[in-house]
Amino acid sequence: MGEQLVVMSGIEKRFAGVHALKGCRFELRSGEVHALVGENGAGKSTMMKILTGVYQRDEGEIAFRGRPADLPDTRAAQKLGISMIHQELNLAPDLTVAQNIYIGREPRRLGGILLDDKRLNRQAEQLLRRMNLDIAPDVLVSDLTVAKQQMVEIVKAISYESQVLIMDEPTAALSDAEIEELFIAIGKLRASGVGIVYISHRMAELQRICDRITVMRDGSCIDTVLTKETTIEKIIAMMVGRELYHSATARGREERAEVVLEVKGLNRGKAIKNVSFQLRRGEILGMAGLIGAGRTEVARALFGADPVDSGDIYVQGRKVRIMSPHHAVREGIGYLSEDRKRYGCLVDMDVKSNVAVSSFKRFSRFSWMLKSPIERAAEDVVGSLQVKTPSIHQALRNLSGGNQQKVIIGKWLTKDCDILIFDEPTRGIDIGAKSEIYKLLDRLAGQGKAILMISSELPEILRLSHRVLVMCEGRVTADLRNAEGLSQETIMQYATRREDRFASSREETLLANRRGYE
Amino acid sequence: MKRPMLALDRRADSRPVVLKTGFMQQILAFGSLIALLIVFSVASENFFQFSNIVGILLSTAVTGVLALGATFVIITGGIDLSVGTVMTLSAVMTGVSISFWGTPIWTGLLVGVTTGALCGLVSGYAVARLRIPPFIATLAMMMIAKGLALVISGTKPVYFADAPGFSNIALGSVLENLIPGFSIPNAVLIFFGAAIIGSIVLTRTIVGRYNFAIGSNEEATRLSGVNVNFWKVVIYTITGAFTGIAGILIASRLNSAQPALGQGYELEAIAAVVIGGTSLSGGKGTIVGTVIGALIMSVLTNGLRILSVPQEWQTVVVGVVIFLAVYVDILRRRKAA
Repeated sequence: MGEQLVVMSGIEKRFAGVHALKGCRFELRSGEVHALVGENGAGKSTMMKILTGVYQRDEGEIAFRGRPADLPDTRAAQKLGISMIHQELNLAPDLTVAQNIYIGREPRRLGGILLDDKRLNRQAEQLLRRMNLDIAPDVLVSDLTVAKQQMVEIVKAISYESQVLIMDEPTAALSDAEIEELFIAIGKLRASGVGIVYISHRMAELQRICDRITVMRDGSCIDTVLTKETTIEKIIAMMVGRELYHSATARGREERAEVVLEVKGLNRGKAIKNVSFQLRRGEILGMAGLIGAGRTEVARALFGADPVDSGDIYVQGRKVRIMSPHHAVREGIGYLSEDRKRYGCLVDMDVKSNVAVSSFKRFSRFSWMLKSPIERAAEDVVGSLQVKTPSIHQALRNLSGGNQQKVIIGKWLTKDCDILIFDEPTRGIDIGAKSEIYKLLDRLAGQGKAILMISSELPEILRLSHRVLVMCEGRVTADLRNAEGLSQETIMQYATRREDRFASSREETLLANRRGYE
Repeated sequence: MKRPMLALDRRADSRPVVLKTGFMQQILAFGSLIALLIVFSVASENFFQFSNIVGILLSTAVTGVLALGATFVIITGGIDLSVGTVMTLSAVMTGVSISFWGTPIWTGLLVGVTTGALCGLVSGYAVARLRIPPFIATLAMMMIAKGLALVISGTKPVYFADAPGFSNIALGSVLENLIPGFSIPNAVLIFFGAAIIGSIVLTRTIVGRYNFAIGSNEEATRLSGVNVNFWKVVIYTITGAFTGIAGILIASRLNSAQPALGQGYELEAIAAVVIGGTSLSGGKGTIVGTVIGALIMSVLTNGLRILSVPQEWQTVVVGVVIFLAVYVDILRRRKAA
């Protein structure tokens, strides 16, 4: 680790009566990857917004390379070489890579009248090569994978000669292979002396690439520790300051319950290839696989959100035709999307409307909305799922991610769905709320709901599922009982079993399946 | 348990009512309306006369009812450019029914409203099922309705010579019979009645709730199992029905259906909706806001006319007001965020 790049000390920030930051201290050295962790609302993003000039501190000092720094706006921060890469990428999809990198600073010619595309592409190419990236400067950003787009963001930040790079959940949308790519890029930056602030909920990642970890809770910086001198358990304990729920192991449940959902030979283009499986009452079926394996596609197809080419779906033994989500809900299927903000909640509407939106028909007489049953249902959800909200009239945007998720679960419970599809139910949710969601899933299964859970976090799959379905490139490569001895490694093997290899080793898979069941 | 998120929640909820979205923009719009009334009253003694106020209300009625209808579609995040000419088509169809087919007046009214609703149904189908963007679908409907109105009427006005009672629908005064001297025309009552019905539909019925849900996040609403396509058709049809009522009002007021009239009304209606604080990006809006917006527009034109501002300049002022109204709304939103 090199010299001190940034020292923030005694940072105080208040918003209309809320003490958001209480005397926080954070420092960053050049050539260091420094993790900033804490639950949602702990103050991480407020802290970083102050460092990037989005917010102004009320009190405290910020020093940049030993000199006091004033950061009245984002431009001042950028001038000092402080850049942030947000979770939502800020790229124009219809422009090329080079155009995105140099947006606002395009090289010109003829006295600034014409754009100099040649120089633009050349400069971009140099930057990309410096990072060892195999991306052509003249392809459209929309043609790149999410991981590659993220690399473009990083390159864009570097092009500003950034010395401090803040990354907010950079791996949230990446597959394991892509994460490796990202880590290599981070390693390069570190070697060149850039200081990196790394915000993430994924503990395993922190251990791999971070030098130090600063934990925040309730607006205070609890401690800064060297990664190699601590454990994940200690970090989590500091983050939540309370006990976490550990599921009574889901393993070894009987398989006598009736099948409530059966899928036979589902096909859709290249995304879904001959997918078949069964889901039983009271069961949590984990769906594992890499990003792009087709898990979300299967879920959406089941739910009627996307059309399919062929395949049959049986609900409670009855063959059903599901042409739209409207039909699926009528069959008692509920779907919680991976992208909560876009596909899950009505953020501008209040808790009670979000709870009732799927059941409005039931809550109305001759299309007249009945106020009190809606409110009763919403109070029910808030009470039984322990949603933290001041009232059911609160707009959903004011709730934390975990509580929004609970409201959406409440929506399907209110609709009385027996089959629930959870797509990445804990994405972007802090650890404390995660364990509450786990508890809830267990409880729902215990009540006889059938749950299909897609998750990219293998520990989550192993902790909750009774059975594990592994997908790769649109196919189901394994259907495993979550028995003793089922490991992350085994699942990963199936998740990376590509078609060419698959053909020769189909028998092996069948064998493994059988072993899983025995 | 002390969690910071909860503290934030409380803050959001304990904001004074005045600062909450929706309420604030109505207060602002209402305040501007009062301010305008005061300014014009001081500037000219002819302004705050009973007859002039009645005149303002009467001139608000037609665009007001159009704007009420447009509010529905705009809250879904859509737009309806066809309301001006569909209003004309509805007026012509009412005329055709009463004067050419010789039907009783009430049948004529039904024909008018149905014409509007049918046009809305077609637009809604085009938007929801055929996935034509609302701007284009209703632009097409605007031209179709315009053309049909001319074709059906033979490009000549349709007069209501054989139905002497027809003009009373807008210009008669039920109120004067009850309270002598209080001669508020029926058109004004119909406008306020339509506003009350519109407001109830929007806030108390399932259509209204879906209307806001679709406007606030259409895909999430669809994935909640709501038959979004169906409800969108319903909403465009409601807009069409209001347009039909406006058509009857304008025909009754002029005691004739003028097939060449109508284009331009849609923009005035949309302007009233926007001034009233309904968001063009959908999900937010109120009927009260639209009523106030429509009133602001006609108070402004009337006041400027009384102050002898030339007609050309009146239009310029209205344009400036639209700029201001939307900008204030954006400022407020930015502060709230």
